[in-house]
Amino acid sequence: MARFLINRLLQSAVLLFGVSIVGFALMHLAPGGPLAIYTLNPTVTAQDIERIKVLFGLDQPVYVQYFKWAGGLVSGNWGYSFFGGQQVREIVLDRLPATFLLMGTSLALALVIGVAIGTLAAVRRNSVFDYATAIGAMIALSLPTFWFGLLAIFFFAQTLGWFPAGGMVSIGDGSLLDRLHHLVLPVVVLALVLVAQWSRYTRSSMIDILDQDFVRTARAKGISPSRVLVNHGLRAALVPLVALAGLQLPLLVGGALVTETVFSWPGMGLLFISVLSTRDYPVLMAILMVGAVVVVLGNLLADIVVALVDPRVKLHDE
Amino acid sequence: MTSEAVLDIQAAAPPRRTSAFRRLLRHRLALLALIVLAVLVIGSAGAPWLAPHDPEELDIANRYAPPLSEGHILGSDDLGRDVLTRLMYAGQISLSVGIAAMLVTVIVGFSVGAFAAYYGGWIGTILMRLTDIMLCFPSVFLLLFVAAFVTPSLASMALMIGLTCWMEIARIVYSQILVLKSADFIAAARMIGTPSWRIILRQILPNTLAPVLVAATLNTANAILLESYISFLGYGIQPPEASWGNMLTNAQSDFQVDPWLAVFPGLAITLAVTSFNFLGDGLRDALDPRIRDK
Repeated sequence: MARFLINRLLQSAVLLFGVSIVGFALMHLAPGGPLAIYTLNPTVTAQDIERIKVLFGLDQPVYVQYFKWAGGLVSGNWGYSFFGGQQVREIVLDRLPATFLLMGTSLALALVIGVAIGTLAAVRRNSVFDYATAIGAMIALSLPTFWFGLLAIFFFAQTLGWFPAGGMVSIGDGSLLDRLHHLVLPVVVLALVLVAQWSRYTRSSMIDILDQDFVRTARAKGISPSRVLVNHGLRAALVPLVALAGLQLPLLVGGALVTETVFSWPGMGLLFISVLSTRDYPVLMAILMVGAVVVVLGNLLADIVVALVDPRVKLHDE
Repeated sequence: MTSEAVLDIQAAAPPRRTSAFRRLLRHRLALLALIVLAVLVIGSAGAPWLAPHDPEELDIANRYAPPLSEGHILGSDDLGRDVLTRLMYAGQISLSVGIAAMLVTVIVGFSVGAFAAYYGGWIGTILMRLTDIMLCFPSVFLLLFVAAFVTPSLASMALMIGLTCWMEIARIVYSQILVLKSADFIAAARMIGTPSWRIILRQILPNTLAPVLVAATLNTANAILLESYISFLGYGIQPPEASWGNMLTNAQSDFQVDPWLAVFPGLAITLAVTSFNFLGDGLRDALDPRIRDK
């Protein structure tokens, strides 16, 4: 196990190193480079730009800049915002809990509903329910999240007034109930796509398992169908789903960004969009990197869980 | 055995293709999707002749006309422009971006995957690690980051979306070619002295084409979704030129006045994306012999 862990950790480290290089390259390939915003400002003279360059270390060779920047990322010094000079780490980490709350709640909800739908569809294969959920899932996967969010706001917030149209808390109210109230619409919108995927994954995974000998054996031994389903079927079917949860992360993070912008949910995604128009590089880069790190670590976590749960995964080779 | 195997492959190729097409047609949803797509393509490609108005014709007297009002079947927008007309012209942009972006994903993905698999070694390792690395970035973030620095146009949108979404195809092509490289019928073809280029063209390409075609169809759907979102946020296709996404930019503020303005562009996107997804699904069923019976 230790060897597997070390191997997997090393792989993730290599991946993160690559991610940081791509991110850094992007920052420098962008037209005008990191200082584009200053060169457009008529009150900033050429001398000022030189001074800023030296101040930010942009006069040094690229590889020196990279190591400084990457070293900063690791040690927690993420630089300062171009506007207002606030610490980037503070700006970004301030928003992280809101994003995690949205993503976590949606994922949990989608898991429960998606697995339930998928299991039922697998058990009643080729039934009306099976076809209806298959078509429903396909349409849900094709809905533009932002449009679905807009419609949800229109119906449930503006017309019916059941839920607030955006934000995380009402001004002057911070109670748990108020927060939950704000959470409902964004979570439902973000969870829809995930439910669709989970129901499809669960269905195919379940069908594979239910056709296998050990399930037939369990049935033959006279164990009740529901117990076979839960204890034998679901238990085995969930293992590949954990790995899929890891693979789904980029979609989840991206979906969270879209959902946040529609519902003005004060998370990382909304920050990204608001900073995008001012091209505040250090903040944009930090968010891009945090997003990628979440994906890499999520995949690592999923692999470890699969290794722990599934005896078939060989822990030493790879 | 060897020459027989080759003969078998060559003899089997044409009928397989026709039966695949027949299987696709039997897939009712895929067929429906194909029809919907045909209507969308004809409607947008034929917009200059079919559209009832000019896309930028203002009709200030009839702003925010509701659907089914006279002269504006789907209503008019905040400047009195005809919604149906704009939807048709927007379809040109949105569908073109989707398909062009898909072509980019296929070209880049195929090149990276094929190069990595065929040459292997450290080049292969580097290319496939790059693919892994790119997959770590949520594509929406990456795309928006790049979009903020590039002057938006049809070509740049397609290129940007394509360059952030090619990884899946690279992986498919890579693994397919690795399997094929050691497959018996390729060895057989080599043994009877078939030249390399002929093997690549006649054996490897057709055999990787099926999964790539499926992925490409799904990529088109995804590209249309991404374009609509980027344009919705204002970093994509710029007004007055219409795209399904940028027609929704003001939808939120116009809700109180005319909620219909939010409905139709979204429906158009959903219709196009759903159709491409169903088509991809149908193609998968039709082209994959293993799941033929399921």
